[in-house]
Amino acid sequence: MGEHPAFVHFSLGHFCLAAEFLPFVERQPLVLRSFEVWTISGRMAKVALFIPCFVDQLAPEVGMDMVLVLRRLGFEMEFPEKQTCCGQPAFNSGYWNDARPVAERFVQIFRNAEQVVCPSGSCTTMIRNFYPELLAGTPLHEEAIRVGRRVFEFSEFLVKVAKVTEVGASFPHRVAIHDSCHALRELHLKQESRELLRQVRGLELVEMPYSEDCCGFGGTFATKFGAISAAMGDVKAGNAESSGAEFVTATDTSCLLHLDGILRRRGSKLRTIHLAGILAQTGSPAKRRPRPAAPQGAP
Amino acid sequence: MSNAAREFLRSAAEKSADLVHRQIIRRGIDSYEAANERGRSRFLDWDAARLRCQEIKWEAVNNLDRYLLEFEQRVKDRGGHVFWAENSEEARNYVTDLATARGVRKVVKSKSMVSEEIHLGPALEKLGIKVVETDLGEYIVQLRDETPYHIVTPAMHLNRTQIAALFKEKLGDVDTDDPQQLVAAARRALRRDFFSAEMGISGANFLVADAGMIALTTNEGNGRLCTSVPRIHVVLSGIEKVIPRLQDLATLWPVLATAGTGQPITCYSTLAGGPRQPNETDGPEEFHVVLVDNGRSELLANVGEREVLHCIRCGACINACPVFRTVGGHSYGTTYMGPIGSVLTPHLRGLNEFQHLSYASSLCGACTDVCPVKINLHHHLLHNRRDAVSASDRPWSERMGFALWRWAMKDARRFRVAGWLARFGMRVIHRLHLDGTLVDPARPWNRNHAALLAPAKSFRALWGKQNGGNGSSN
Repeated sequence: MGEHPAFVHFSLGHFCLAAEFLPFVERQPLVLRSFEVWTISGRMAKVALFIPCFVDQLAPEVGMDMVLVLRRLGFEMEFPEKQTCCGQPAFNSGYWNDARPVAERFVQIFRNAEQVVCPSGSCTTMIRNFYPELLAGTPLHEEAIRVGRRVFEFSEFLVKVAKVTEVGASFPHRVAIHDSCHALRELHLKQESRELLRQVRGLELVEMPYSEDCCGFGGTFATKFGAISAAMGDVKAGNAESSGAEFVTATDTSCLLHLDGILRRRGSKLRTIHLAGILAQTGSPAKRRPRPAAPQGAP
Repeated sequence: MSNAAREFLRSAAEKSADLVHRQIIRRGIDSYEAANERGRSRFLDWDAARLRCQEIKWEAVNNLDRYLLEFEQRVKDRGGHVFWAENSEEARNYVTDLATARGVRKVVKSKSMVSEEIHLGPALEKLGIKVVETDLGEYIVQLRDETPYHIVTPAMHLNRTQIAALFKEKLGDVDTDDPQQLVAAARRALRRDFFSAEMGISGANFLVADAGMIALTTNEGNGRLCTSVPRIHVVLSGIEKVIPRLQDLATLWPVLATAGTGQPITCYSTLAGGPRQPNETDGPEEFHVVLVDNGRSELLANVGEREVLHCIRCGACINACPVFRTVGGHSYGTTYMGPIGSVLTPHLRGLNEFQHLSYASSLCGACTDVCPVKINLHHHLLHNRRDAVSASDRPWSERMGFALWRWAMKDARRFRVAGWLARFGMRVIHRLHLDGTLVDPARPWNRNHAALLAPAKSFRALWGKQNGGNGSSN
């Protein structure tokens, strides 16, 4: 006699029931969850981290928060130390000949990684959507396409690859989402971050008007056309404020650095926090790490 | 930096700070977006319709030689004239010579962006010919002595009060800000012009090859009056407007209307294909089509960028563009504004002079998302930037900067040291309260933002510490 469906059902139900009553499981529900996810596929996947250059240098906490979440979910991680940048600044400025060797370098460093996770939709877009064009006609073209398929933006990785939305986070604040352009229009991610935030304990998700409008960062655009960029940021900041949120979040640090600079200059109470920053919070107030308040030297 | 770039920067900075302008545009775009959404929902499958339009335009643009000749032949068969103008000057001269030869003293114009592109109005006026714009929006900007603010809604930047004041000053017989009465006043003035003009000039939304006709859409019926009342009808059109078949209009017309204004179909859809025939009761005595190249052939020869010629001038990308909403249509200083203008103008008028427009974008991609013929607009902006760099058209300092950047990024150690130096510098500057001053290398950023705060340690340093790797200490 083979396994009766009812038996399977019973044993699974029994397991869940046990999980609810056992205090130690309740304390660590996520270990259980990741166990479920990764035993189905038969093994734990190792995740390579790609920390974009400006996150590495200007917002390391975003990378560390992502590490915290992934570790809590039971992922083994590696950080290939040779990595620097995906090449987007040069590519977007038209310097394709300067961007190409940097892109080739990226492909070589990550060619053996099973999965690459990156806390930026913009850099993921560069690799997945623009490397094929940038590296067309070079020996690494095919390899670049293969690597691009394995690079995931953080929220995309959690929801679409790991199939997790509950990461055990607690963040009792009102949060509005800004849809970062590259994640939204190039990677077609919109619901992923919302699904993750809906599971965060205590978090009230609010929608801001025109959440899909660009914040005005745009890389070198923000410095070459500062007045336009700042005005766009101002509109975005106003919309975010009107939502009544305490925090505005996004999947891209670049948008948030820009918005943060605009908000602080406006003297706004609204703070920015990367999605990873929210998901990393587990409830102890000491661990909250929103971006710092207005500095002493601010005008 | 070209003069055009300098002027753009000046004007863009001024408009960016203009809150009244921002509010007027926001209102206009809001009502457009609501209508557009309703319009798209009328389609069973909007994306399939876009795809179909893209295919039609692809077929047309990639067989332009064949379809244009077919169109020319059919127009000639019905007694019309077709003139091939290689540049603005040739197009302008053809029309001014014709007007002079026929003793034209007044011209009524239906909306045509090509006429703006070739600067026809001023050329006719120089000959003492009165030119009257008959599209209401165009009429308003003509009264204000301005160029169109937007290719579909030329007076988008004005509110009712401003228009009322303008009409009171220029027309005299109206003193109200009631939209209906304002329109009635314009109508009264324009009627007189329609029936006294000897020449009507129109653009063309499409040139239908198999019918040998121009397809023209207007919401006010002014196009129809321009093409049928005056003795002479002149059509100005870019060569890329040709489409293969009459039946293609079944898709293109509703898509154009929806993308342009959100309407299911524009109020007046006109087909005109030649002078009055012996059995017909109305229509012009003469019918001229001026096919304007003006740089389009070169764009056609450029396989990677050819797709830009698919544009049907609906203005959807302009409405979607956050840069346009911020700087306004006049800042561009070009005939075509917004994303399509930033892509097209460097091709038509020179990359050297107009490359700044391709850089003046955050590459958000909203334009590509809404384009009804699926032109990959923001990718073409990237291509223009690439071509500007290839042509060594960029400042020396920027070229050196990226060479240095590449050198640093090709080695993790160099990157780490460069990063550390930059952060250290930023922290010192910040400690000394010098953010945003002339000595601050991050000045371009810190001028518009509260100071960027550099952390003491990079991610790789924190990771190394946590994982006991051989990471650096900074």
